[in-house]
Parts: sequence; structure tokens; C-alpha cells
Amino acid sequence: MSDFTSSFWPIFITVISVGGVIGCALLLWLTSKIKAASPNGDNTNGHVWDENLREMNNPLPRWWVWMFIITIVFSLFYFAAYPAIGTYAGKLGWTQVKQYEQEMAAANKTIAPLYAKFAAMPVEELATNPEAKAIGERMFMNNCAQCHGSDAHGSRGFPNLTDKDWIHGGSPEKIAETLTNGRIGMMPPMAAAVGTEDDVKNVANYVLSLSNSAHDATRAAAGKEKFAVCAACHGADGTGSQSIGAPNLTDNIWLHGAGEEAIIKRINEGKVNQMPAQGAKFTPEQIHVLAAYVWGLSNNDVK
Amino acid sequence: MSSKKNPNDKNESSAEAADVTVINLYAAADKIYPRSTFGFFTKWRWVMIWLTQLFFYGVPWLEWGQRQALLFDLEARRFYIFNLVLYPQDLIYLTGILIISALSLFLFTAVAGRLWCGYTCPQTVYTEIFLWIEAKIEGDRAARMKLDKGGMSIEKLLKKGGKHFVWIIFALWTGFTFVGYFTPIRQLGDAVASLGLGPWQTFWILFYGFATYGNAGFMREQVCKYMCPYARFQSAMFDDDTLIVTYDEKRGEPRGKASLKTDMDKSKQGACIDCSLCVQVCPTGIDIRKGLQYECIGCGACADICDTVMDKMGYERGLVKYSTQHAMNMGWNHSQMLRRILRPRVLVYTTILSLIVIALFTSLMLRSSFRVDVVRDRGVMARLADGGMLENVYRLQIMNATESAQRYQLSATGIDHLRVESDVADSSNTVVVNSAESRWIPVRLQIPDGSIKSGSHHVKFEVQAIESAETVVEESVFLVPR
Repeated sequence: MSDFTSSFWPIFITVISVGGVIGCALLLWLTSKIKAASPNGDNTNGHVWDENLREMNNPLPRWWVWMFIITIVFSLFYFAAYPAIGTYAGKLGWTQVKQYEQEMAAANKTIAPLYAKFAAMPVEELATNPEAKAIGERMFMNNCAQCHGSDAHGSRGFPNLTDKDWIHGGSPEKIAETLTNGRIGMMPPMAAAVGTEDDVKNVANYVLSLSNSAHDATRAAAGKEKFAVCAACHGADGTGSQSIGAPNLTDNIWLHGAGEEAIIKRINEGKVNQMPAQGAKFTPEQIHVLAAYVWGLSNNDVK
Repeated sequence: MSSKKNPNDKNESSAEAADVTVINLYAAADKIYPRSTFGFFTKWRWVMIWLTQLFFYGVPWLEWGQRQALLFDLEARRFYIFNLVLYPQDLIYLTGILIISALSLFLFTAVAGRLWCGYTCPQTVYTEIFLWIEAKIEGDRAARMKLDKGGMSIEKLLKKGGKHFVWIIFALWTGFTFVGYFTPIRQLGDAVASLGLGPWQTFWILFYGFATYGNAGFMREQVCKYMCPYARFQSAMFDDDTLIVTYDEKRGEPRGKASLKTDMDKSKQGACIDCSLCVQVCPTGIDIRKGLQYECIGCGACADICDTVMDKMGYERGLVKYSTQHAMNMGWNHSQMLRRILRPRVLVYTTILSLIVIALFTSLMLRSSFRVDVVRDRGVMARLADGGMLENVYRLQIMNATESAQRYQLSATGIDHLRVESDVADSSNTVVVNSAESRWIPVRLQIPDGSIKSGSHHVKFEVQAIESAETVVEESVFLVPR
């Protein structure tokens, strides 16, 4: 009940529920006391309408009364056992969260043998297992598709998981690590290190030339020297480094947009991008199944 | 007035009538001991009991291919009705069946009163079966009343115990059958045999069994009188031309005891010999000679028994019979009475009912063997793909309502140069959905970037079942960013 921000609702609920029970009991007691008079002794109350329409007494069978009494007794037990009165937690200590946790524990227990079987299988094998694929797909749809898209092709800022380009590594172990701990990709603003605005433009054209994208060859040649500051992370040949999460610049895959303008922006402003950690949400066995599904997406031979 | 005495009993002596009495708002219900009947209406009731119960107890055992013919699989949310596989999305058919049931109730009630109550309602049917068991073990009305009045004895213990034993077995079988509509009955039978029932199966078998035992063994007419809403509102469908069980007051009164020797002309007495058999057979304990009462479930037991009395006395049958208020008041003959069945109320009910029945069957006949839902990805608005293509992402949910794996051809129209791509489809854009399965298919629609102006464009997905050539079209939108 502590979830309520004001004391109005606990009071409101208490008044409604206790008032309902007391009202029901009072009504029963009153009606059992009332004895209507039948002036003519013919089981009518003596009123006559429309010449010959008489109101007869049609008594309620007594078992109906017992049903009301049972509901009252039930309510009293309910009030004692469950959180029904004000902020009183109830003898059973029931809460929605506890019930949810119990049901989850029960469900996890029933699927435990299945996950134990999966846990013993290597990812490469698991990726071809239809049962594991179906489970992985459902987990992906519910937890990953929001950013990476239903088809896992991603969009700007969210990597495509179906290609062979991996920023932090595409081995089953690396994928599981990414899922469990999340990743933070950080490119610092490099404009000051690169030099003038013109230098930045030159470097951008050099970067474009690495993947044979459309570029200005003169500017690219001029920018090659300045690329040295980038090479610290992206490597001298621009192929990047998965161990520090520096993207490959030579494969014409642009997470934050293609073209000269987008690259200049990245050099000037840098970029911080985050994949949130999923470790708290899933068990290691579930991560294993999900990793196998994700790994399978880009390994077409096992699809 | 003591609470033991039925306060509705109008047979007070005249001396009592002048007194002011006090009436209670509650009264103990008197136990009713209906006497066994036989005759035309009773025979029809047993025909209906056999038909409905052969259906109820028998149908779960029918097989259709590899599965139960009628199975409502709530856990998998699939409803198997002979060759049909229904999804929760087919709820409209349930609505249709409920409307047809309601209109049929209106129609039958307008024509011939509470036919449903008297012949087919489970409350009537199970009460009749339980009464039959009771009569077989304890004897008929008089014997049962004597047994209840008498003190405890070995004989009483055996009879009562035997009756309850048979009732409970019957009720448990009913509960078992009921659960057999929702979980395969043959597996359920094995589970019972090996004591391996699940907690919910056990609960529902016991609960439904208990409801049968309680309602048919003990509550009986109390359900109709105090619990059933239909019993009350059916009187709103009655009019002066509705066939109801009626006592011919003009012919019967003044009633009086008579024997075969009584000279009817001299005694000036009516045809009712006041034998009270019509009251004894009544399952709701009313006296039909007081006219139409809300308790009357229209079972015709009084008409049956009265006819046998009339036969014995050598009088004409039909002192208690199905007739209408108009016919009684105006002295119409049979054909005059039946002619009034075709009156506006009945014709309107019939027309609406036929239209809805036709609509439901047409819709079932034209029903596609699969359903499609399109959900556009919200996380990915639009993106650039290889080859200068602009793409949107969708998820198609294909629900296969057949019992074999099906191939579906995906295509889309609405924009020029529209291309369909899917990682789970094969090269010709077909996908496989397993028997009675619902599968989500991620699909990409692509157009050359810049080929149309920015904004929202309507597109249509066309999914064609390759085997049956049926096509389902679903609409969505394609977004082109600025």
C-alpha cells in the first residue's frame, strides 16, 4: 500500500469494503426483523392497483440468506489474510510482486531442464537447433528488436547484426559478453587534434577513400598524414580494433551515417553510443541461447 | 403463519381469511417430491434428454484425423471444431452463435412458451436424470415422502447411501466429460487412471461434478425460481397467442371429487375431479389450475398426467393442455389457434434469425484458411540500405488455420518499384508456417531512395497461400523521411 502517494486511497478502499460488509449485514438483520402485515390474511399486503392487481408476498428462500452470510464471513477472513484494510499488509503477506516472483520461479523450474540441455551445447550447434532458435527469436523480438529492428538489420546508431562487421567482436563469447555487460562506444571529439577545418575535411575524404566511397582524391591525399591521430584507435590501415571497439573504416558500413558531412560531424563532435547491459534481465543460460540466435543471424551457412 | 408452512399456500380456510396475519420476507423452501409421469410431453422430454446427453457425453470421444474432433485448447488458444481450426481472433463466430441462441430463445418462447426450460435446459435435463435415479432406488413420490418422514433404519441408510453414490458417480462423469472438451479426453482418462491429474483438471472435474450434484440433486426448481435470469425475462416474450400449459377453467370448474359412477349432467360439476395429480407431478410444486405462474417451466407433466386421468374417467382429453390465452378466452379450435403463430412478432424473430444464420454460415464458408496481421516497426522509422534503397521494416504475423504446413507467397503493392525482402523467406519470397501455427515474419519493403516525396504512403501486403491460392490483403504505411 506504500505505493499510494496520499492516504486518501487506503481510506477510500477501507470505507468502501468495510462499509459494504457492514451494510450487507445491517440489511440482512433489518429484513429479518421486518414482518409485513397482511390485513386480509391472504398473503397479500392489502394494496390493490388497477382494479384487481394485488401485491403478494413472495418470500426469499432462506438459503439465499445463508449465501449472504457466507460472503460476509468470507470477507472477514479475506480482510484478515490479504491487504484490504488501509495499509495493513495481511496475515499471508501477499503482494503482487511476490506472486509474480513465485510464478516466475515455478516457470523457470519447468524450463530448467531445457536450458540445462542448451547450456551444454556449443553456440555453433545451438544456432541450428530449431527449438533454441524459436526461443532466441522470441527473446530477440521482446528485448532487442526495439533498437535493432525486427529483422535485426539495425538503423542509424544501432548496429546491423546480420552482417559480418562487428565493432566489439562477433565470436560467440564476445556476443555473450556484449549481451551480459553491455558496451559503451566512445569516440572523442578530434577536431583540435586534427587541425583546421580544412584539415578535418581532408581527413574525412581520406576516410572515405579507405572504403572506396565517393571522395575528393586531392583532399584524401592531403588528409592521409593527419589520419595518424585517428590511427591510434582505428589502426594505421583504418581497419579498427575490436578490443577497444574502434569501428572498421574500410568496409563501407557507417553506423552513424555515410558521406563527407556525417564523417566531419563525427570528427568534430565525437560520439558516445551505448548498448545497455542485459545481464540482470536474463539468466546466463538465456544469454547463451540469445547469443546463439544473434550469432546465427550473420552466419548464413547455419540459417 | 409459521415459517414451516408454505406462505404461498392459498388454501386457507375462510375463518382464517378475515384475520390480519404477519408475513415473513424469508421462508424455508419446502422440499418437492415430483411424481413420475408418462405421456406425450414426457416422451419428448426424454427424447431431448437422450439427444443432448448423447451429444454432451459422446462428442469428446470422436476423433478427427490425428486429434479430438471438438477440442477447445485454451492453453494453446486454438479451438478445433471438426475440420475448423479457430483462433481467438475468430471470436466473432462465438458472438454469432450467442446471438443465434438468444434469438432462437426469443422465437421458441414467443411461439410455445418456455420450451427451452421444459425440454433442453441442463438444469431440467439433469434434474430429470437425477429424479429417475432417485425413483429407481427410493421409489416414487409416496415412497420417498414416507422414507424421509421415517426414522433412520438400515433400509433408509442403504437407499439414501445408494442414491448419493450413484448421483456422485454420475456427477463426476459429467465433470470429467466437461473437462474433456478442454483437454484431450483420452489423455485425461489415462491421467485419471494413473492418478496423474493436474491441479486445475482436478479442480474443474470436482467443481463441475459438484455443481451437477448440487443443482440436480438438491437445488432443482430453486435454480429456476430464484437464480435463473432467463426464467424471468422469458415472460417478456409471451403474448396472448403464445402456447402455454393451460388449465381449461371453463370446462374444469366447479371441480369436485367424482367417480366413474358420477352423473356429470346431474352433479353440475366440472371435468376436474380434484385428484391433485397435476400438483404431484409438478417439478416446481405449483398448481397449474391457478393459471399461468412464473414458476411454470412449461414441461407439460401436468398435461400428461391429466390426460391419463381423463382417459380413465372416460372424459375428453385436454383439461390441461398447450393452448393460448386467446384460444381459451375466445373458444378457438386448434387450427384457429395455430394460425395465430404467424404473427408479426414471430415473423420478425424468424427473419432476423434466418438472416444471422445465413450470414454466419456464409462467413464460415468464405473464411480464409489463414490470417495476416501487419505490425510496422516503430523503433526503425526508415533507413538506407545497400544499393541506395530506402527501407521500412514490418513484422507480418501469419496465422495458419489449417492442419498442415503451408507455404505463403509474400508481395506488396502501392508504390512504384516496391521490393519485398525478408531474411526468413526463400529467394522467391515464400515462407513456411507450420500446422495451426502463428509465425512472425520480419519483412523489409524497399524503394529507390528519392523516388517518391517524403511523407506517409499507403502500401498493401498481399499474402497468398500457394496450395489453395487464397489471398489475404493487409494495409500498412511506408514512411519516407524528409
